[in-house]
Amino acid sequence: MSTRSDRNPHRHNWLLVAGVVALALFPVLFIRGEYGGADGQGTEAIEKLQPSYKPWFEPVVELPSGEIESLMFATQAALGAGVIGFVIGLYRGRTLAEERKEPPAP
Amino acid sequence: MAMHIAEGFLPFPWAAFWWLVSLPFLLVGLRSLARITREHPELKLLLALAGAFTFVLSALKIPSVTGSCSHPTGTGLGAILFGPSVMTVLGGIVLLFQALLLAHGGLTTLGANMVSMAVVGPLVAWWIFGALLPTGRTRLAVFAAAALADLATYVVTAAQLALAFPAANGGFGASLAKFGAIYAVTQVPLAITEGLLTVLVWNWLQAYGKPELKTLQLIQQES
Repeated sequence: MSTRSDRNPHRHNWLLVAGVVALALFPVLFIRGEYGGADGQGTEAIEKLQPSYKPWFEPVVELPSGEIESLMFATQAALGAGVIGFVIGLYRGRTLAEERKEPPAP
Repeated sequence: MAMHIAEGFLPFPWAAFWWLVSLPFLLVGLRSLARITREHPELKLLLALAGAFTFVLSALKIPSVTGSCSHPTGTGLGAILFGPSVMTVLGGIVLLFQALLLAHGGLTTLGANMVSMAVVGPLVAWWIFGALLPTGRTRLAVFAAAALADLATYVVTAAQLALAFPAANGGFGASLAKFGAIYAVTQVPLAITEGLLTVLVWNWLQAYGKPELKTLQLIQQES
């Protein structure tokens, strides 16, 4: 069943990945900035708009350092990517096994 | 840090208000999730995929043209596949995970963050996908649905903050412009990124997940 129409999306897929990489690289290469988080800036904006405002609740965990924080974010991404790879891999194996079992109708 | 409303950074009445707004959607989502897993247990893997996609995308803090960073949401894919209310639950789980373990977002602001990322975002994806599907350009519909859901999430975040913190000069409008510049403008290239990645997974599902898409009655409209 690997007809041309089946292979086409895979070529598209490389273009999609290239587009994602380009979109992430462009700002870093061509635009100067601190590249802090938008929510940090949001918090600063609140402090400017209403200097008297005090956050009334603290985060339930306090991550000891930026390294630990990036570890947690990496863990979150890794867990998700692992599940995606597992599911798509399972689906792909199933599709290939079915194709081998019953050759496509002429 | 990245983009949800930080812990404690909404005054109590607003925090409570957004919690109340999010609850009915959460309940509908739980019922919908229970029905899907009961009637079509074979779709559980695809549900896991939709949840995992949000998990990955909301962990990726990506640089943007504004010189700051934000992350996509990943809620569009699941909303297209399973409907918006299911993503209220899955998106809520991601937000809870981040609030509890990553000190990102917060418990008091979880209601507000759920409304933006797990209610409005998925609803926008669902509407856009439904509106564009009749054109027959499925991939374009997927791209636009995911990208606009992502963008809508941060427009809502900006509006929530502007409502809670109207400027002394110019009120809600001035604050909205300010928060919109921080959140929504930063999000534009990220929304495109989310659209591209959602089409990538969609292509894989078209190639290998036909039985599931058939079950979801989406395959007929395939381009």
